[in-house]
Amino acid sequence: MMVSLSDPMAPSPFRVQRVRKETYDTFTLELDPPHSAANGFSFAPGQFNMVYVPGVGEAPISISGDPDKPQTLIHTVRSVGTVTQKICAPGPGTVLGVRGPFGSSWPVEEAVGSDVVIVCGGIGLAPLRPALYYLMAHREKYGRVVLLYGARTPEDLLYKDELPKWRGHFDLQVEVTVDSASSGWRGNVDVVTTLIPGARFDPESTVAMVCGPEVMMRFTLIELERRGVPAENTFISMERNMKCAVGFCGHCQFGPTFICKDGPVFRFDKIQPIFATREI
Amino acid sequence: MAAESLERILGEHPFFGGMQEPYLQLFVDCASNVRFGAGEVIFRVGEEANTFYLIRHGRVALETSAPERGSAVIQTLGDGDVLGWSWLVAPFRWRFDARAMDPVRAIALDGRCLRGRSEEDHDLGYELMKRCAQVMEQRLQATRLQLLDVYGGGVRSKR
Amino acid sequence: MRKLSQGGLAVLERDQLQWLLQAVGNRGYQVLGPTVRDRAVVFDDVTSLSDLPAGWTDEQDGGTYRLKKRADGALFGYASGPTAAKKFLHPSVVRLWRAKAGGNSFHIEEGPEGSTKLAFIGVRSCDLHAIAVQDKVFLNGKYSDPIYKARREDAFVVAVNCGQAGGTCFCVSMNTGPKATFGFDLALTEVLEDERHYFVMEVGTRLGAEVLDQVPHKAASAEEKAAAERIVARTAGQMGRTMDTKDIKELLYRNYENPRWEDVAKRCLTCGNCTMVCPTCFCTTVEDVTDLTGEHVERWRKLDSCFTMDFSYIHGGSVRSSTRARYRQWMTHKLATWIDQFGTLGCVGCGRCIAWCPVAIDITEEAGAIRRIEKELTERRTTHGRRKP
Repeated sequence: MMVSLSDPMAPSPFRVQRVRKETYDTFTLELDPPHSAANGFSFAPGQFNMVYVPGVGEAPISISGDPDKPQTLIHTVRSVGTVTQKICAPGPGTVLGVRGPFGSSWPVEEAVGSDVVIVCGGIGLAPLRPALYYLMAHREKYGRVVLLYGARTPEDLLYKDELPKWRGHFDLQVEVTVDSASSGWRGNVDVVTTLIPGARFDPESTVAMVCGPEVMMRFTLIELERRGVPAENTFISMERNMKCAVGFCGHCQFGPTFICKDGPVFRFDKIQPIFATREI
Repeated sequence: MAAESLERILGEHPFFGGMQEPYLQLFVDCASNVRFGAGEVIFRVGEEANTFYLIRHGRVALETSAPERGSAVIQTLGDGDVLGWSWLVAPFRWRFDARAMDPVRAIALDGRCLRGRSEEDHDLGYELMKRCAQVMEQRLQATRLQLLDVYGGGVRSKR
Repeated sequence: MRKLSQGGLAVLERDQLQWLLQAVGNRGYQVLGPTVRDRAVVFDDVTSLSDLPAGWTDEQDGGTYRLKKRADGALFGYASGPTAAKKFLHPSVVRLWRAKAGGNSFHIEEGPEGSTKLAFIGVRSCDLHAIAVQDKVFLNGKYSDPIYKARREDAFVVAVNCGQAGGTCFCVSMNTGPKATFGFDLALTEVLEDERHYFVMEVGTRLGAEVLDQVPHKAASAEEKAAAERIVARTAGQMGRTMDTKDIKELLYRNYENPRWEDVAKRCLTCGNCTMVCPTCFCTTVEDVTDLTGEHVERWRKLDSCFTMDFSYIHGGSVRSSTRARYRQWMTHKLATWIDQFGTLGCVGCGRCIAWCPVAIDITEEAGAIRRIEKELTERRTTHGRRKP
C-alpha cells in the first residue's frame, strides 16, 4: 500500500514509462512504482489514487489497470484542468507523485455466480476496466458478462484497440454505441441506455456496475430498474471534489457519506435517497 | 410469402404485442415483405410518408445532411425496431433520410391504408396510437439524454 | 496535604492561580488562555494572571458581540470568544511537508511542522465536548491526522465551569454543559464573594493532581463546594435558547426540500463566519506551492469553509452553487449527517455561530422552524385528505 498510515498526505514518486493517446483530450499513462515497492502497486478494481504533479497540485484519478498485474500502475486521465493537463503532458521519464489506493471497490467477489452487466459512458469505462479484466481472468466464476459502452462520438471511444478484442471473446457480450457520428461510422448510433433492453442477462440474478456522468447514470438506473435489476444489486461510482482522500478535508461529502472512504463505489439502494436530492 | 407466415411474424413482433385477432388480420392485409441492399436508400427527407417498417434483420441509419457537418447519423436501428412514425402524424412527410447499412429484411406496412381505416374504426386507431406513442416516448427520452451531451468535451465544451 | 485523587476538590485563592500558570509553564507547556485583544476575548499565550481578561464580560446576541466592563474582577467572567482550542489543535494554516524537486523527481525532506506541547487554561464545557467531537473526526478512522494527534496527545486542559450563561448559549439543551464533566486535567469554578475571590478546583486526571500538588491549595470545604455548585446551577438556568434535539437527524433527513431553506437562503451571505468560529468545523483545503526555481515544493493545509463557491467544484461547475444548498449542507452536516459519520452531533451549543453571523441567523431557530413547518405542512395535507367528497 502506497499510503503511510502515519502520514497519508505524503505521495510516493512513480516514473512515467509510457503515455498513450486515447482521444484528443484523454491519455493513458503507465507508471512504474518506486523500487521500494517490491510487490508493485496493489489495488482493488474501482479504487483511485491522488496523483501529484510536483509544485502544481493533485487530482483524484481512478486506477485503470489490471489488478492482477500490479507491476505497472495505469491511469487513464482526461485533461480538464491545470493539474490534469500537466499529468497528460509529461516529459520523458517524468516522475509523478502517487498516494493511494483509496476508496471502495466494485463487488467482483459478491458477483460470483451471477450475471454481470457493466454499463459505462464516456470516461466512465476507465474505472470499470479493472473490473472487466478481473471478470475475464476469473471468467468461470460468473454467468453472462455484458459490457455496454457509450461515448459521444466514435473518436471519443477509449481503448479503441482493446474493444474489438473484448468483442471477439465468445463468452462476452460487448455493445458499443455513440451519441452521434458521421455516415462513415458502421456502428450503433444512440444513447447507451438503449442497449439495455436487448442485453443478454438475467435481471433476477445480475450484478450491475454503472459509471459515467451523473445524468447518464440516472437514465441507466431507470432502464435497469425497468428490466428488473434490483437496486441492491446495482453499483455506481460517484465523483466529488477531493482534497485529501482520507476523510479529513470534508470536500467529498455526499449526504452522510465521504466519497473518498465510503465510496466512490456505492450500492445504489444505500444512496438512492441522496442521489435523488438536488444539489446535495 | 404466404399470408399465414406474415401473420405469425407480425404476431410475434413486439410492436404488435397484445394486439387482438381481428386487427392483426387487418395489419396482415396491409403488410408485405421487403428487402433493401446494403447502402440502399429506404426513404428521403421531404418525401411523403406512407409506409412504415418493422425491421426483421439488418441495420438502418437515420441521417441528416447539414452543410457544415456533412452527413450525420442521428440514430441506428436494428432487428425488431420500428422505423418511422411520420406516416401517422400530419403533415405525413419524412424528416430524415433512412439508409440500409447492411442488407435489410423488413415488413413494410401501408401507412396510408392504415390511416384511412383508423379514421373509420377508432378502436383500431387507438391500438395504433398506443403503440406509436410508446415508440415516440422512448425516442424522446433517449433524445433528451443525447441532447444533454453529458460526455462533454469536444469543441462545444463549456470550458 | 496529600495529593488529591480524581474527583477530589481543592480550593485556591485568586492570587494562587498564578502558581498554577507557572507550574504548567515550568513543565514545558506553551500556556494558552483567554486574553483581551482587538475588543474580543481570544486564546493566546498567557504567563501571568494579568494577561487574563480580569473584570471583562461579553454581551452576545444574534449578530452581536461586545466586551463590557464588569463590576467585579472576575478572571473568567466572559462566556466565549470567537475561537478556542481549535485554533491550536487544528491550525488554520499549517505546512504538511516540503520536498526537493528536480531532475525529474521529487523527494520529501520534512513532514508536518511539530509543536510544543500545549496547555489550555479556561476551556468551557462546550469546548471540551467540541474537542471530543474533533477527536472522533481525526483520531478514530482508518487514518489519523498526525498534526492534530501530535498537538492533542500531550495537551493539558484546565477547564472552567461557566459563572454565567453567554447571550447565545444553549449547552443545556445539547447536554454539553455548563458543568465540565470529562476531558480535563483540572476544572475550576470561580467564586466571588464579598470579601473573597477563590477557585474551587476539581481534579480530573493523575497529571492534573501532580500539577495541582505544586500549587499551594487547601481541600475544599463543604460550603465552598456548595458555593461552586450553586453557581453552576444558576448558570444552567440562564440559558436563553434551546435546541430540540429529539430525532433531529431523522427530521433533517426528511426535510431536504423544506421551504425554510429558501427562507434562510434569502438572509445568508455565505460569508462563512459560522464555520470559522464553530469549534467543531474541520474542513480544510490543500495547496501545493513551489518557489520560482521549481526546486522547492511544499504542501500546505488551510482551513476551508463549505460556504465557499468552489468548495464542491467538479469539472464543469459546483455541485452546491446556490446559497440554499450551501446553508443546508452546513446545517444538516452539523445536526444530522455528523451523527451517521462520527456517532455524535456536530453542534455543542456554544452559540458562537449565532453571535458571529452578520445577519444573526440562529441555528436553534432554524431547526425549530423546520420542525414546525414540517408539522404544518403535514397537517395541511392530512386535512385536505379528510375533506368530504
